[in-house]
Amino acid sequence: MIHKYALGGLYIVLDVNSGGVHIVDKLTYDLLDYAAPPFAEECPQEILAALPQHDPAEVRECYKELAALCEEKILFSPDEYEKFAKFTVASPIKAMCLHISHDCNLRCKYCFASTGDFGTGRKLMPVETGKKAIDFLLERSGDRKNLELDFFGGEPLMNFDAVKEIVRYARRRETEYGKNFRFTITTNGMLLTDDKIEFINREMSNVVLSIDGRKEVNDRMRPTPGGQGSYDVILPKFKKLVDARSRDRDWYVRGTFTKYNLDFSEDVFSLYEAGFDQISVEPVVADPKLGYAITEEDLPKVFAEYERLSQRLLENDKNGKHFNFFHFMIDLDQGPCAVKRLRGCGCGNEYVAITPDGDIYPCHQFVGKEEYKMGNLDEGTFNEDMKKDFAEAHIYNKPKCRECWARFYCSGGCNANNYEYMGDIHTAHDLSCEMEKKRVECAIMIQAVKSLERGEAE
Amino acid sequence: MKHIVTINKANLKESAQKGGCGNCQASCQSACKTSCTVANQKCERDEK
Repeated sequence: MIHKYALGGLYIVLDVNSGGVHIVDKLTYDLLDYAAPPFAEECPQEILAALPQHDPAEVRECYKELAALCEEKILFSPDEYEKFAKFTVASPIKAMCLHISHDCNLRCKYCFASTGDFGTGRKLMPVETGKKAIDFLLERSGDRKNLELDFFGGEPLMNFDAVKEIVRYARRRETEYGKNFRFTITTNGMLLTDDKIEFINREMSNVVLSIDGRKEVNDRMRPTPGGQGSYDVILPKFKKLVDARSRDRDWYVRGTFTKYNLDFSEDVFSLYEAGFDQISVEPVVADPKLGYAITEEDLPKVFAEYERLSQRLLENDKNGKHFNFFHFMIDLDQGPCAVKRLRGCGCGNEYVAITPDGDIYPCHQFVGKEEYKMGNLDEGTFNEDMKKDFAEAHIYNKPKCRECWARFYCSGGCNANNYEYMGDIHTAHDLSCEMEKKRVECAIMIQAVKSLERGEAE
Repeated sequence: MKHIVTINKANLKESAQKGGCGNCQASCQSACKTSCTVANQKCERDEK
């Protein structure tokens, strides 16, 4: 299977199953409408006839080049990965989303967590529950050395003493178990203080700082309970945290765009101009009936904006103003292995979420959906059958994914979105798919342009 | 080649043979909370 597209002044051909990326000329691009394996010794007459706009000698030459790449198995290569799909069915659990606070001090209008409490009442996680969660992860982690734990909410800083105590506990126990905890915290920043910044920068491998971009965009969707904007409060605090953070540790400012700011590249650049160079801005996923929801009719605008963003990013790079846009980051040579790419985030299998009550869910997005409750830490229960169901939710068990050219880049998408909007974790959420495919096209194009500029291509 | 430039190693198949160690990051932990993008992660296998 191949996927070909024109973008950024390039004709790009992706060989889906080998991961090969080829930049081709217009002749090759046109020829690929007709040429496919098995390749003949010479270009068939009917193909020559189908391309009257091109010189037949050139077409013959080009046909041979395609045949050679096919022979090399970097064009039209077969999908031979289904046999690896069973690899992580009995996987250990290595990542956890700890809902340290089901309460929040903002009232973001698009919040999937029902303004912070996930529809289950405002609660803070007791330290003892957090410690049980650490024990659960350690005991279930098998031979995995790196364990990820994300302090999530609601707003985690509303229960920061518990965060500190749980981190201390985990640091003590990781030594006993020979593990390495990587903590992340996702915060809206309202309660950041110098002390908290110092602790976060010391202990957290990654920090996700929630802000939507331009002040008016942020304040429209991320007000306080009293209706005030949050931008002027959080921006200086985020700046302080980032400025004090070691350069070798990860962090992101992370925003959500909605129908109200389909010109979201302006928000990405607003964040860059405000002093942030690690940026993630992603589309809201919401009931299409809601006014801010992105719907199918918005897709042309969203696509155009991703193209605009990729061009602006390339121009910035040329001018020495580099920044990372999370959703365009892609390593065409040293990315995750094919086995990893069959199953995406690993929710419900390698990754679980824990609520303040100690309930276990496949991920934060499933919290509150009773039918997906996997167990409870106090009761010592865990639904192994459901874990297996999630382990088997790989791309070969998702009908639309197994036919999709982007399957090794998004790896089956978000199971929670699939369930919420399509009624089945195995049914890809089309709207998310369309935007993901556009992001992947842009990401590959950016790498292609950079590669050609460096003169590395062969 | 005159008409085609290949810009990467196209090593997905090779990665499968040595892959599946599971040491890499869980993809949805961090800056993307719904828009799964696995391809932007790093391989964390000790010896490739």
